[in-house]
Order: sequence, then C-alpha cells, then structure tokens
Amino acid sequence: MSLFEKRLLRAEARGLGSKLWRVSWIYVLLLCLLSAVGYVALYSAAGGSIRPYAGGHVLRFGFALLLMLGVAMVDIRFIARLAWLGYAAGVVLLAAVLRFGHVGNGARRWLAIGSFQWQPSEMMKIVLVLALAAWFRRASWERMGNPLFLIPPALAVLLPVALILKEPNLGTAVITATIGGTVFLGAGLRWWKVALLAGLLAIAAPIVYHHLHAYQKSRIEIFLHPERDPLGAGYNIIQSKIALGSGGVWGKGYLHGTQGRLDFLPEKQTDFIFTLLAEQFGLVGSYAVLGLLMLITFWGLYIGLRCQHQFGRLVALGLSTNFFCYVFVNLAMVMGLIPVGGVPLPLVSHGGSAMLMVMIGCGILMSVHVHRDAEFDDAAETG
Amino acid sequence: MPRREQRRSSVFARRALVVGGVQLAAFGLLAERLWQMQVVDAGRYRTMANKNRISARLLAPERGRILDRFGLPLADNRQVWRASLIAGEARDVHATLDAFERIVGLTPAERRRIMRDLFQHRRFVPVTLRSFLTWEEMARIEVHAPELPGVAVDIGHSRVYPYGRLLAHTVGYVARPNQKDVRRDPQLALPGMRIGRTGMEAYGEARLRGTAGVEQLEVDALGRVVRRLDRQAGVAGKDLQLTLDAALHADLRAAMGEQTGAAVVLDATNGEVLAMVSTPSFDPSLFNQGVSQAQWNDWVTNERAPLQDRSTEGLYPPGSTFKPTVALAALKAGTITDKTTVFCPGYIDIGNKRFHCWLSGGHGKQDLHQAIQNSCDVFFYTVAMRTGIDRIATMAHALGLAAPLGFEVPGTQTGFIPTLEWARARHRLWTIGDTAVHGIGQGFTLLTPLALATMVARIASGRALLPRLVRDEVVRDAPMLDLDPKWLQAVRGGMWAVVNDPHGTGAAVKLDIPGVAMAGKTGTAQVVDVSQAQYRAGYDTAKWPWKLRPHGLFIAYAPYDAPRYATAVVIEHGNEGAASAAPVAKAVMERVLRRDPAQRGTPPGPTAMGTTAMGTTGAGKMGTAEAAAGEAAPAGVAAR
Repeated sequence: MSLFEKRLLRAEARGLGSKLWRVSWIYVLLLCLLSAVGYVALYSAAGGSIRPYAGGHVLRFGFALLLMLGVAMVDIRFIARLAWLGYAAGVVLLAAVLRFGHVGNGARRWLAIGSFQWQPSEMMKIVLVLALAAWFRRASWERMGNPLFLIPPALAVLLPVALILKEPNLGTAVITATIGGTVFLGAGLRWWKVALLAGLLAIAAPIVYHHLHAYQKSRIEIFLHPERDPLGAGYNIIQSKIALGSGGVWGKGYLHGTQGRLDFLPEKQTDFIFTLLAEQFGLVGSYAVLGLLMLITFWGLYIGLRCQHQFGRLVALGLSTNFFCYVFVNLAMVMGLIPVGGVPLPLVSHGGSAMLMVMIGCGILMSVHVHRDAEFDDAAETG
Repeated sequence: MPRREQRRSSVFARRALVVGGVQLAAFGLLAERLWQMQVVDAGRYRTMANKNRISARLLAPERGRILDRFGLPLADNRQVWRASLIAGEARDVHATLDAFERIVGLTPAERRRIMRDLFQHRRFVPVTLRSFLTWEEMARIEVHAPELPGVAVDIGHSRVYPYGRLLAHTVGYVARPNQKDVRRDPQLALPGMRIGRTGMEAYGEARLRGTAGVEQLEVDALGRVVRRLDRQAGVAGKDLQLTLDAALHADLRAAMGEQTGAAVVLDATNGEVLAMVSTPSFDPSLFNQGVSQAQWNDWVTNERAPLQDRSTEGLYPPGSTFKPTVALAALKAGTITDKTTVFCPGYIDIGNKRFHCWLSGGHGKQDLHQAIQNSCDVFFYTVAMRTGIDRIATMAHALGLAAPLGFEVPGTQTGFIPTLEWARARHRLWTIGDTAVHGIGQGFTLLTPLALATMVARIASGRALLPRLVRDEVVRDAPMLDLDPKWLQAVRGGMWAVVNDPHGTGAAVKLDIPGVAMAGKTGTAQVVDVSQAQYRAGYDTAKWPWKLRPHGLFIAYAPYDAPRYATAVVIEHGNEGAASAAPVAKAVMERVLRRDPAQRGTPPGPTAMGTTAMGTTGAGKMGTAEAAAGEAAPAGVAAR
C-alpha cells in the first residue's frame, strides 16, 4: 500500500459511516452469539421461563451492544489521552469501595449508585490496561531495558492490586496483576526479568505466608480452599461437578437438567451458569461454548496484531487477556480445578454491571480496530 | 525511526503469540477436563446424579473440655442422639414437620423455634428438630423415614458439668449462639454448637470451639443413607486446664455451708487459684437448652443473686482486713515504726466528731503488733491520718488491691480505693475524718475477694504475684515487692498473733495441726452507719434484718513460716468475720495442709466427685458431688 493510499484510508476513517464500515462485524456477531447462549442458559435456569433472568439479559445486552458500538466510534487517541484520568478515577472508586462499599459474599467489593450495584475492580482492570498502554506506547525495545522506566508502571499495577486485596478479593487481585503483567510482556519486558519476577514470587510467597498471623493464615486458607468452608462453597462445587459430569456426551436435553437439585446452588444463574449448559447439552454443547469463547479471545489478539500503533496493540492484548481471565477462572471453578469464586462467565451469567464492563472493554477493543492505522505520535523513542 | 518501530512490532507479535499459546493451552486444559468429566467419568457422575444424591452433612466439632489441675473434667461432653432437618432435602418442609409432629410429637413452641431457625439458615444447613432423643423416638423416626424426607438422626454432643452448681461461676456456662455470633463464625449455625457465655467457657472460647468437619453421604431416593463417601473429621476443640483443685474446691464449698459469700484459695508461691467459691450458685446446664422465663425471673429477683460470681465481681468494703495494708503504707512512709505506740481509750475525737473503737472500753497502749492482733480501730484511725489516703491507696495498689490483675475470668472487677484527686474531681470535701475511716477499711473502698486473696498472698510471699486460673501458661517468677522485709515481718507477726495469741481476734480458729501455724486477719465491715444512739445503747447486729448486717471477712495464709496457701473469705451479712468467715478459712487450710505433702502435686486419689459419677444425668451428678463435698468437710467446721 502506498503512502498516498494510506492517507486516503485515514481520511475516510474520519467519517462515522466509514468508521462503522471498519468495525469487525464478525467479532460483534460472535458477541451476539455468546449472549444468545446466555439467553438459552438463563431461560433454563428459571425452569423454562423468560422471567426473571433471560428477558432482562436480552434487554441489557441490547443496551450494552449500542454502548459498545458507541465506544468503538470514539477516537483511540482520545481514549489514550483519558487513560490516566480513568486510572485515577478507578483508584478513587476502589478506595471508596473500601470505605463505603457493601459487603457481599464476605468481602467489601460492591459499590451502589442508586439501585445499580457494581464492582469498581471490574472497571479497574480496563483502565489499568489503558494506563499501562499509554505509558508504554512510545517505549522502544531499548527503553524497555531500563529498569527505572519500569518502576512507575509497576507501582501503577501494585496500587490497585493492593486495594483489591484489601477488600478482600484475592481472585480479582491475581487476575488484575496477571493482566498488568501481560501488558508489560507485550511492551517488551525482558524474559529474564519475567523469570526473575516469577522466581522472586515463588520464594517470597511462602516467606510472607510464614510471617502472617494465624488468623490471616486461616483467612488465606479459606481464600484458597473454600471447600474447607463446609457450609458453603464446597457443597456447591461438588453439586456442580456432578451436574456437569452427568451431562455426558449428548447432555440430558434442553430443560431436562436437574434444576430441582440445583436449587441449593445459590448462584446457579451467575457463577454456575456453565454447569447448567454442560448438563443439558453435554460435551457437545460445552465444547461449542468453549470454542466460541476461544474465538472471541483470539479475535482480540488478532486485532492487536493488525494494529499499526503500539497503544492499540497493548490495549488489545490487555483487554483480550481480561476476557480470557474471566472465562478461564469461571470455567475452571465450576469444574473444580481452582477454588476461587465470584467470577461470572462474561455475557452468559446473569448480572448487568459485569456485562456492561465487558462490553465497554469490547468497545475499546473495537475502537482499536476501527482506528488501527490512526496517525499516532507514538513512534518509538530512543532508549 | 522505522527500524525501531519494526523491531517493536515484531517483538509484540512474538509476545502476543506466546500469550495466545498459553491461553490456547489453558483452553486445552479445560477441554481435557470436560472430556474427563463428561465422557470418561460420566457414568459415575450419572450414577450419583440420577440414582442417588450426595448429601453433605456437617459435623459439629466436639468442644474442648475444661479440666482441673489434676485432669478431672469440670466441663465435659456427653453423646446425645438428635433429629435434624435439612430443608433443601425435604420436598415440603411443612409436610415433613406435620409428619414429625404426628410421629414423634412437637410442641407449638418447638415448632416456632424450628421455623425461625429454618428461616435464618441456608437450605442445606441442618436444623435441630429435637435433641436428647430416646431410643423409642429414634426407632420411630427410622421406621417412618420415608414419610420424613430431609430428617436425619445423628449423634451430637451435649455439654455437661460434672460438678454442676459447685463450679458454675468459675467454669461458666454455654448457650445457643445468637445471630450475631453466627455472623462472626458461620459454623456456629450447626446444630448442637454452643458458645461460652461466662467464666472460663467464655474466656477459652477460641481454643475450646474447634473446627467443623464435613461428611458426604450417598443417600437413596427415600432419604436413607446408602454409604459414606468421605468424612473430614474436623478439629475438636482443645482442652483447657485450670489451676483449680476440684476436690479442694468442694471442701471449700462445703465449709461455706448455707452462708452467702465468696472464698478464694491461692497458691501463695505462684498465684495459682486452687479454689474459688461463690454462693449461692445455679445450675449451669440449664443454659445449654435455654433457660425458662420463670427460672430467669427467679434468679434475677433473688436477693442473694445466684448468677453473680461474688469471688471476682462482688465488691465489698474490706473492713479490718485492710489494716495490714494501712500498716505497710505507714511503715513505708515512715510515719510509724514497729515500735510506735498509740493509746486507745475506746474512741478518738476528730474535729467535732467522735470515732469509736470496736472495743468500747478501749485497748490501752498498743504497738503495731498488738494493734493488728486486737484489730484496734483507734490505732489505725491515728496511723491512717498520719499517713494520708493517697499513700494508703498507693500501697493498696502495690498489694494488688483495686489494681488490674489481668485475671482470666471475664467480668472480673478491679475494685476501688479513693484518692484525694478522685475526691477533688468529684468536688467532694475530703476531711481528715474520711482518711481515718478508710484506715479501718470502711468508706468508699470496695474490693473483691479475689483481690483480698491476692493481697494476702503478696504479703505472705513478698512478691507481686498475679492470680491465675489457666494452668499451661508459662509461669514466670513474680518480681519482689518494693518493701523492706522488716516491715513485712512486722505485719506478718501481727497476723500470726491474730490467730495464735490466746487474746487475738481470730484465736478461735487456731489450726488443730501441731507445728503448723496460720496467720490471718479478721474483718467486720458495716454496710449501714451505726448511729451514736445505737452505739451508746449497745446493739446486736445478729438481730438486724439480713440485708443490714455487716459483712464478715477473714484473710489468712499458712503455714506461717513457709507460706504455701493464701485465702480470703467474705460472708455477706455474716456479722463478725471471726465467727462467720474465719471458720471457713480454718476448715479449708486444715484440709489442704493435712494432705500428704508428697501428694500435693498429684491427684489426691479417686474421690466421689471424680470420674465415677459421670454416666448419670447432670442433676444426679450434681447431687453426688455436693453430697460428697458435704462428707468431705472436716469435722472441725461442724463442731464450731
């Protein structure tokens, strides 16, 4: 493509129509499909009824989809300028949640605005990605070798992670740190530093653990092993595994699951929604959903690879990792692989705030795609 | 700089592929797991899901026991059979309860309680329908199991107190946890879980409670257990060993007889509490199942307040038992020496008011030794005025009076001794007469029997001992008191004479053990002012209404030359301490001193209240223990 043609494309991208044209509609279609899976699951969770979950799910998705497309139209350079502002707002909200938040499931992580409740940590993950991408967007490979340059963004990761840990919400804190670390990696963090960090963590964890008070240790034990809380999570996981496994290859058939028996799962419409699908549609159904989730995850990475500017690449990497973390943690949890709870399956689980945040993330991802060859003042600096 | 740009984008591409590869591997792991569960193990899961159900049953941990210093259980657990209901496993809770009512019987009050519990707990938490099932009831439930979906019979533990009301105050009692407790520790919602409310049951709650276990059962469609899949036993609570000697405690209780009051026996070498009695008492096992309103009203309206632990919460004017403290304060201040004498004509005029000595004819010339022996009030009015209330208070604190002792029993009172600063803060005019009155332990001073016992132990040992009830804590040697041994010896000599001089106020309680002497101090603390008119007319407090009679007190330690035990006895409204409290001290001292010295550190052999009586019900056991205590009381008490 000649320079002239590129100019022409950029000029075109300024109009709303041309921007819409550049939206990756396949990606939008995948999201719609996933939301439809959610509708099907929630319809069965209510025992074959649109109320109370499935109907609201569709309405919320429609609204969130419009919001996503709206965000996709916003110029990525404008988003980059707002990144640190958003980060500051996220930290303030996290601090607010510690002070004023509602306690749900034993942790203080919900913030209410009117009747609308949400977790600022969901938003934090997105603004953290934006802030890190903004910091690294002009960093050359040589610059990335300078440890001093890496300290401020490392602190920017640790601050929200510490606040989330304090809620306490170990699971989300680990996810947030993972997402931050992935952006570092994409920006060109040296592999030996990654190895060093992993080694330090492996050494430090038992030492820190050893020096905790007994009650703190037991709290971490419950974090890591909720099945030791015999009143709650353990029972859910066992029942989830039975329902999932008993689905077999072909499943028990739609609306023929053992919902009655899942009545004791207090969160079957949120955290354990995948269990319902797997029970009713068997291995075939669960593989289909898994495949859909994989496609959406990798499409995000693909958007990053196609992007012409570093900011967009890093944002796409971080946001698709965010989506991946939701998916992996939720699925591994319902299969009894990891014990962390409280992470919904995006666009499938019941609940408006998580869906809204996921779709805003997808909107930013789409803005990266729409503005993939925007003229950015982010050429790599000299180290 | 396109080269830099190119390098950066190729680095990103490689990194993104690595991240994608990791994510792909993670998805592969999930897919493998799904394959394992839905294809390989599907049959097993289907069996569990379709033919059978998994029923997770929670196992309440066994509460730790409370033991005496020789390992005798003071609070123990007994196995009981219990019916509980898991709402999540009942098709219709009301139908199940109706059936249960028909088959076993339920009172409307029980049913209300059950409905409340069901409402408060999550659907898979078992709720107790009935504890203490009989064999017949159990058989009926088993036979009718198909009609009772969700109902299960299991073994639980019920708290029993082998010593019953004998140790109710110190050991304390447990009760059903309330909603606030459950919010703090959800496992308290388990049926049968109890929480310590008073005494050492409350103090030791954290270690006594334990951690719940879980049992996974395979249950058929009728709710019958097919087999047990898994059982995590939970962690039983740890035992709590006390310094109490249950046998000695029973002796002390027997010596108190029908009198209302409290008595404490300390090991004068290290502060360990060997016995601690408060009378009257109550049956602690009543709290386990919930106390009836009538019973509760009876307790709280009883003028002798059986629920109060007088040994740690009861506040009494110390009366003349305070005089050794005043003497030490004066010796330390240098306002007297052990040679100083005061002439007692039977009264002293301070300002325009006349203060009487208890002996209306007067004691004549008294030195410190005689003044303690005879409990001369005029001597101590005089000495107190010379020394001043603040120095007396400071000495009292140093001896453990009205000072924080860090004692384990919750609710332990510190007591109170006034100071000039306190009076100033209250805009109360403090006269020299007030100081004089406090010199004989009257006035505002209020102390617990525990504090008095601590004071005696400190005077006897010369060390700043702290009373302790928990056995296994590290014993550190208490620091020496900042007192000249000469002063202590002067006061100890006076206390020796109280009991061993034929003219001492406590001569009647001289020990009947050859070669072993007890040192002590009597006290009689007025609770109402005696008017001048009454005083002149001569009065007999024994004829007064109970509530107005003075308290009788006695403090003592023995043996005199090598102090081993210290005691304080307070008999509420017992008139003269020499007659009411002192015999109790004598009885318990003789009992503890007559034991074979070689056995002092080991259990005193099987007694009636030991392990033998434990199979019967709480009430029966209590009777046994009290009767045994009665038998064990030394003959000396009865004779007096």
